[in-house]
Amino acid sequence: MELHDVWFVLIAVLWTGYFFLEGFDFGVGILTRLLARDRAEKRVLINTIGPVWDGNEVWLLTAGGATFAAFPEWYATLFSGFYLPLLLILVCLIVRGVAFEYRAKRPEENWQRNWETAIFWTSLLPAFLWGVAFGNIVHGVKIDAEFEYVGNVWDLLNPYALLGGLVTLTLFTFHGTVFTALKTVGEIRERARRLALRVGLVTAVLASAFLLWTQADRGDGTSLVALVVAVAALVAALLANQAGREGWSFTLSGVTIVAAVAMLFLTLFPNVMPSTLDADWSLTVTNASSSPYTLKIMTWLAVIATPVVLLYQGWTYWVFRKRIGTQHIADPVH
Amino acid sequence: MDLALAPETLARWQFGITTVYHFLFVPLTISLAALTAGLQTAWVRTEKEKYLKATKFWGKLFLINIAMGVVTGIVQEFQFGMNWSDYSRFVGDVFGAPLAFEALIAFFFESTFIGLWIFGWDKLPKRIHLACIWMVSIGTLLSAYFILAANSWMQHPVGYRINEEKGRAELTDFWLVLTQNTTLNQVFHSFSAAFLTGGAFMVGIAAFHLMRKKHIPVMRTSLRLGLVTLAVGGLFTAISGDTLGKVMYEQQPMKMAAAEALWDGEEPAPFSVFAYGDVDKGHNKVALEIPGLLSFLAHSDFDSYVPGINDTNEALQEKFGPGDYKPIVPVAYWGFRWMIGFGMASFSLGLLGLWLTRKKFLLPAAHRTGEDEVPHLVLLKQPLGSRLTRLYWLLALWTMAFPLIANAWGWIFTEMGRQPWVVYGVMRTEDAVSPGVSTAEVIISMSVFTLLYAVLAVIEVRLLAKYVKAGPPELGESDLNPPKKLGGDHRDADRPMAFSY
Repeated sequence: MELHDVWFVLIAVLWTGYFFLEGFDFGVGILTRLLARDRAEKRVLINTIGPVWDGNEVWLLTAGGATFAAFPEWYATLFSGFYLPLLLILVCLIVRGVAFEYRAKRPEENWQRNWETAIFWTSLLPAFLWGVAFGNIVHGVKIDAEFEYVGNVWDLLNPYALLGGLVTLTLFTFHGTVFTALKTVGEIRERARRLALRVGLVTAVLASAFLLWTQADRGDGTSLVALVVAVAALVAALLANQAGREGWSFTLSGVTIVAAVAMLFLTLFPNVMPSTLDADWSLTVTNASSSPYTLKIMTWLAVIATPVVLLYQGWTYWVFRKRIGTQHIADPVH
Repeated sequence: MDLALAPETLARWQFGITTVYHFLFVPLTISLAALTAGLQTAWVRTEKEKYLKATKFWGKLFLINIAMGVVTGIVQEFQFGMNWSDYSRFVGDVFGAPLAFEALIAFFFESTFIGLWIFGWDKLPKRIHLACIWMVSIGTLLSAYFILAANSWMQHPVGYRINEEKGRAELTDFWLVLTQNTTLNQVFHSFSAAFLTGGAFMVGIAAFHLMRKKHIPVMRTSLRLGLVTLAVGGLFTAISGDTLGKVMYEQQPMKMAAAEALWDGEEPAPFSVFAYGDVDKGHNKVALEIPGLLSFLAHSDFDSYVPGINDTNEALQEKFGPGDYKPIVPVAYWGFRWMIGFGMASFSLGLLGLWLTRKKFLLPAAHRTGEDEVPHLVLLKQPLGSRLTRLYWLLALWTMAFPLIANAWGWIFTEMGRQPWVVYGVMRTEDAVSPGVSTAEVIISMSVFTLLYAVLAVIEVRLLAKYVKAGPPELGESDLNPPKKLGGDHRDADRPMAFSY
């Protein structure tokens, strides 16, 4: 296994970490409309992710920075090619971060309601758009001999990618719902479990369709294993949810995300961004990667820093392990 | 193509707008994190309530500020790929590494520990809670260090080779990128300027409350801390600015010649106080100069030769082929002056304040004030009259933003002074833009960011003003009795959280 293959795996790990973690906090953002009945419940939801959403988002920044360093060509083609969707994602992430921090800092009804609206939409849109983006990456886009994306924004909205968007949207919502059941106490917890069943069934249908489509197009033996794990974990997550085993349910919905992302990257390899115009113009781990020296330094960084990050980020979840209910939310303004 | 709509012009405007805006928040974040951590340390060590109140007050302003710094930073991570894809392809092997280091080491640090700090008041024993804000502070410094190393490489590329076959720059010595003198000097200069900025911010707000005789014990302490930070930060900013200038004279003579509007080399060279030039003809129409000073600033020698814009341009033409290697001279010239002028104005105000509010040192005993009194401003032996005292407080308040202006012009100067290069001597800015991104797309994204940033600026400033006016919070029973156990004491399972969104 050469270093650029190692880095392909590491980039996959970073995206997996991002979707696993920010997946449920996008889901919780969406639930502020789907599940919460009043402001107190909205605040319960927001506070389940309060201390952690910012750290979760860094997985995206790290995936971006690491792609820049390890696969400059991939970074350049991807972000200049998917320009407008990425712009929309960035705008959402900007507004979303400010919304969390500022919402409770003024008592006015308008102020709080506007930021709550913002939290819903800026969670929903990226949850959908990341699926569209990955659908396109796996499916391949119009890339010319210079590695430039030559399609337009409408080309990105093809059926396969749109289905991918619906899968991430529903899967993250499901992930957020089982997270809510795990992290809350009281009536909202019961409702989260009931909602998880419905969202989970829709997710199962959409995800199975998308992954089978992927498998039929470009799958092999290993991707089939990942597919089976993803779907089985999702079904098991639903069963665990019905049995009231919330920890298991959350873990299994996480396994679904891990296996689904793994399957996409397995079908992608050794490409990183296939060209639909000419297979020779595809970006691959070889022609898109950095020099061995840079990859070596990056590998040292990853080997040393990643375990430390996992350790203190994991510790944060442990510190804030208590369930939250409306009784824990005190005065509305700070 | 018309220059006004050339792809690189638009992309540069977008980068300028988003980056200058981002950097309004960065220096305040860096300095307020450390100052808040310092105040919290004082509380943990002395258990004096004024320090806890000060921690909560400045910590709140810090959080309002860092929220904007964090979200505007997300754009920075991706816009190289969006608008500068050819740049990314050419330099990613070198430039990407510090960015990845920044994300994996610094961003995780900042973002994780800030969550712990915000929500941790009733979850963490007080020393661990204190450690969290120090972690955030270290994170902000590390983050700035890595990104400045990346920028320094654009100013003075080292530790790389050109791979002709792949048509790109490749890293050969990462340690050199992290430790070259450009990096060290830029880091020194940016860090000290960050503390100058935070010091001025603290002094201005403390002055606002002291003028109205409100929250005196907290604001008296804050004033003192702010003044010391402002004076020390200002002193180091001046020193590091001088050394960075000398480094730039060696590495980018054109930038420094433009900064002085020195068209033709002179020996000894004068420092320009005011100049109005005719850029097309290559000379100044009006010039007010101090003889020999520029030679001294460039080489610590009043008689040395300093090359001018025209001779440097010719030298660069010989080296890199025909072309114009001049930046926009008035921007470099005035940017340099506004940077120094606004920064040093704040520094002077800090020195003055430090003297006026001196404690036992040379202060007549009659004018010493207690902890709950507004300090007298004593110039020599008598306190200033009420009008002059008020004037000083007002000046401190009104000039709070001066270092922000200085920071912005510093970056505009250093980036625009490097043109036409994006990586000095290696890659031109016009070759760095994304060839596949249309003008319409850049206009859309630039308009969206500008509008969004403008709206957020209004929201942020009004929110800051609200919390500044409100002053330090009253302390509750839970503030004074931090938990003894990790995860919080189990006194009452239904107790409301100390902080919630």
